[in-house]
Amino acid sequence: MRTARLLVLGWLLQLKVMMRSAFNGVLSVVWPMFFATTAFFMYRAGRDEATLVYASLGASVMGIWSATSTSASSVLQRERRHGTLELLAAAPANFAYILIPISVAMSTIGLYSMIATLLWGRFVFGIELHLVHPLLFVLAVPVTIASVGALGFLLSVACVRYRSAWALGNALEYPVWLICGFLVPLALLPNWVGPISWVLAPTFGVRAIREAALGGTPVADLLACAGLGVAYFGAGILLADHVLRLARKSAALQLS
Amino acid sequence: MTYPVRVFFVGGLLSYRALFTWLTPWILIPTFLVAPIFQILLFAYIGRSANLQSDEFYVVGNALQYTSLPCLFAMANMLGDERWSQTLGILLSSPASRLALFLGRSLPVILNGALVGAFGFVAGSLILDVHVPASAFAPLALVILVTAVSCTGLGLVNGAIGLRVRESAVSSNILFGFLLVMCGVNVPLDELPGWMEAISSVLPLTHGIEAARELADGASLGDVSGLVATELGIGVVWAVIGCSLLRFLEVEARRRATLESS
Repeated sequence: MRTARLLVLGWLLQLKVMMRSAFNGVLSVVWPMFFATTAFFMYRAGRDEATLVYASLGASVMGIWSATSTSASSVLQRERRHGTLELLAAAPANFAYILIPISVAMSTIGLYSMIATLLWGRFVFGIELHLVHPLLFVLAVPVTIASVGALGFLLSVACVRYRSAWALGNALEYPVWLICGFLVPLALLPNWVGPISWVLAPTFGVRAIREAALGGTPVADLLACAGLGVAYFGAGILLADHVLRLARKSAALQLS
Repeated sequence: MTYPVRVFFVGGLLSYRALFTWLTPWILIPTFLVAPIFQILLFAYIGRSANLQSDEFYVVGNALQYTSLPCLFAMANMLGDERWSQTLGILLSSPASRLALFLGRSLPVILNGALVGAFGFVAGSLILDVHVPASAFAPLALVILVTAVSCTGLGLVNGAIGLRVRESAVSSNILFGFLLVMCGVNVPLDELPGWMEAISSVLPLTHGIEAARELADGASLGDVSGLVATELGIGVVWAVIGCSLLRFLEVEARRRATLESS
């Protein structure tokens, strides 16, 4: 019960903090819109309405990853800069349970971007969306957000010793958009990309959202997305524990 | 070396080395080398999916657009970082020529932008198997350099905004995205609405990208000289606007005592 309270209150608090930040709040919404707009123009110029709807759904999920990749990779650096890292590490709560709400709050900010992109597509480009499985669509969105947040959490822990982790997170933005099939069907990419995309939850998240909206069988993708999210959380918790122990042992929490 | 020339060259170089914190390999490699390649690949594959243009179109467009990244960010970061280092007040109370001060800072940035654009072009061409005539290499290098000059002009405006707005990373990102959509980077200009095409004609990049695409298709430098001159002219106009805005906002900040608090 105490852990659930920590996770929920941590998520709410971080969400409020991020919504006050121009970088996390405004840019997370606006930045993916530039790419979505470009993609809409490209698909519209290609004169294929079906691909425009396909791109619209993919583009809407781009913001969830954008809001997470750069910010989550530099979560620990941010706490370090704020001078709160030691306090968090010294708190009796599990360190991982403090980090998880931060990265999930980041991916939740992407929900703004998702809604904004769908509305932008509807009102500016006339992309009409009729949800075939509305309930599954509504379920697929939070599952994707949570899984992307879990990936961000794993990234944040993996980058603990990387001072400029934001640059790595930034550089991962385009590859994930591409490899996970946000805007381009995976069949168009080289075969070797397939196995990489299968270990990335956004691949299944965006597919579940698409199939829920356009018709298909989203349940398997939804389960795969959720399963990968749980795996990221598990791996991240183990890694966070290991990293924190190492940092305490070498007194390198602030300097690492 | 006369005083303003020294401020221009030595001051510019020192500022770049000291304040543009992206020079560490940990930032430089992912930001300037990895990201442009993936942006090129992303749009080349969208282009293939949409059956719109050849890979060459996207390699040229996105490589040149990436010249703007250091030009926009460095100009804003270098002024913003003066504030973080608490040296902005000292800098702006010095009697140094403002023209030498700010234009000197832009010189290393122009070279940085041109190198990023050239790298993106070469890497993108190799990965996507895009062939460009060897005779086009030197003119393309010139066009990339001119485009970097022109983007740095806009970067000066962005730097001036940094005197007023604390979160310069936000304005830099927004300008970068604006150029992506407006300048015919991935969408042929005639496919954009008329008002966007009109705006694109006064933005950096648009004419540079058009010139580079023609050169890659076999045109000579003479054929695109008008486009190159226009690109340079647009850059100069933006630089003049940027320097004027810097001067104006500096005076305003002194008057309102908001240099550090803005």
